[in-house]
Amino acid sequence: MLELRHIYKTFNPGTINEKKALVDVNLTLEDGDFCTVIGGNGAGKSTIMNAIAGVWPLDSGMILVDGVDISGLSEYQRAPFFGRVFQDPMTGTAADMQIDENMALAARRGQKRGFRWGCTARERQTYRAMLSRLDLGLEDRLTAKVGLLSGGQRQALTLIMATMKKPKVLLLDEHTAALDPKTASKVLQATDQIVTENNLTTLMVTHNMRDAIAHGNRLIMLDSGHIIYDVRGEEKKKLTVEDLLKKFEEVSGGAFANDRMILSK
Amino acid sequence: MAAYFASLNPVALWNAAPGGIAQGLIWGIMALGVYMTFRILNFADMTVDGSFALGGAIAVMLMLKGVNPEIVLVVSFLAGLGAGFITGFLHTMLGIPDILAGILTQISLYSINLNIMGKANQAVPVGQVRVFFTSNIRYLGQTIALTLVVDVILIAIFYWFLGTENGSAIRATGINAHMSRAQGINTNRMKVEALMVGNALVSLSGGILAEYQGFADVKMGQGSIVIGLAAVIIGEVLAQLVAGKRLNFILRLSFTVIGAIVYYMVYVFVLWLKFPADDMKLLTAIVVAIFLAVPYFQEQKTSSFHGLKRRNAKLREAMRKAAEGDDVINDTAAEDERQEQTTETGKEAD
Ligand SMILES: Nc1ncnc2c1ncn2[C@@H]1O[C@H](COP(=O)(O)OP(=O)(O)OP(=O)(O)O)[C@@H](O)[C@H]1O
Ligand SMILES: [Mg+2]
Repeated sequence: MLELRHIYKTFNPGTINEKKALVDVNLTLEDGDFCTVIGGNGAGKSTIMNAIAGVWPLDSGMILVDGVDISGLSEYQRAPFFGRVFQDPMTGTAADMQIDENMALAARRGQKRGFRWGCTARERQTYRAMLSRLDLGLEDRLTAKVGLLSGGQRQALTLIMATMKKPKVLLLDEHTAALDPKTASKVLQATDQIVTENNLTTLMVTHNMRDAIAHGNRLIMLDSGHIIYDVRGEEKKKLTVEDLLKKFEEVSGGAFANDRMILSK
Repeated sequence: MAAYFASLNPVALWNAAPGGIAQGLIWGIMALGVYMTFRILNFADMTVDGSFALGGAIAVMLMLKGVNPEIVLVVSFLAGLGAGFITGFLHTMLGIPDILAGILTQISLYSINLNIMGKANQAVPVGQVRVFFTSNIRYLGQTIALTLVVDVILIAIFYWFLGTENGSAIRATGINAHMSRAQGINTNRMKVEALMVGNALVSLSGGILAEYQGFADVKMGQGSIVIGLAAVIIGEVLAQLVAGKRLNFILRLSFTVIGAIVYYMVYVFVLWLKFPADDMKLLTAIVVAIFLAVPYFQEQKTSSFHGLKRRNAKLREAMRKAAEGDDVINDTAAEDERQEQTTETGKEAD
């Protein structure tokens, strides 16, 4: 279970660039919740993900994983709890290392890294099996440098890496935004499959309203650092894109502005 | 001119060559240290100028005190660990940018080394102190063999280390720190570790060189970062030529040492040509600049705005010719023909 309690984050406080990015955000994700996150440009979607992952400390507020406050832990100390996939395919992997070496790094998330071998022959076998399920031909390229892979392949690999060690929460920040539509839907499909199979608690930012409605059991909408809409279950299933746009205008008093999102209505 | 060539003595070159190899092997250890920080950690570490002299200063002073030569080198190595730690601390804990952190340690080591030696340089009285590595011509073969063994052992340990979980974490940190943290790697610790190991190798190399030449000078490390880089880069270019696609990690490390040997052979050769020794640093800098530029220009050839102009000029020419020849043909078969023609004209233009 993930709980955010009264989270505040202001960037560049006291300057003309001051930006209240998160204002009293509260959110509780039950185990197994798959929650999609939408919102306009600069609404604070990435900021919420970064706050949870601990990229920087909060101004105030608590983040609880299974009831334990982790808001005082630094990014790498929290890593055991979270699997992360980023918008930029370059971010999630080490380009100059091999596929198997990248996976071996992820397999040791939360473990002490000592002087045992960094990637054993036995684990390579299991990696091959994991990759073959993706059906991207990566299983035959275990020793290829990740930098040689396409964006979609890298995102799929990052997704595997984020989940091979079961995280308490899977954090996906527009992880298909940089991909072409066909690849994006393939990666989304893989996401769905992995999340359902492992019953992962998931927070997924997307710029595609239809995806936000189609995936998961819960949806939240952010605007200027506030959660302005939160639906789940049957109610969410019945949502349409029009409903969401109307809801947004109603709550925020303006038209929904997200350059990427409008295209994908 | 003729007088100049007559004055060059081939025998002298022959005699100087073993010394060049020995120095190259010793500096090769230093180059491995630079490889660790510059290539693995992606950190331009300026500490090495200071830590190289630190190793030398400590070695000479301990030898003068009659300490065993093996212990002398262990202490040099440990002191390098300390120097790297300071730079790592300045960078990760105090948030000082990488180059500046290294320069601060380097500058402070200058004073520290002066304090260690009590003056700008110290010599070991020849023959009075037992050393492993000596430039004495009678034992030079032995020195070369011993240094070679040391280099091979260090390369093997280096290779093993980077293959471990800890070493993989260091590599990942150098390539993508953000991703590393997301995978639970303490990137700050990894940076400090890599800087420590790198500088320990550099300091060890300085210690061995001090034994070899029988003295240490507070300025012996000056510009050593550039020599280390020269070795790394020459090694990479050579490795690429020799191994090409089959280039693996152990070859890369070996070629770093080979790069240092090549550098010193060139050094010996240039000195033999009566090139003033004072200008060697200038020459080294030029060589490093050229070798650093080579990969850049190779990239430019295939992807640069200027290159595009040239390629487009060719394309325009080809299109113009194709248009002239194909006025009457409009069906799809002509498409293939046009393409063929384009490639042909492309070739002609070459
Ligand atoms: N590190 C930072 N420093 C300063 N300001 C920041 C930082 N990160 C985010 N912001 C600001 O906080 C606000 C929220 O940014 P955030 O990246 O969370 O938006 P988003 O909802 O992810 O938008 P997008 O759809 O464009 O990705 C923006 O105004 C942004 O400029
Ligand atoms: Mg964002």
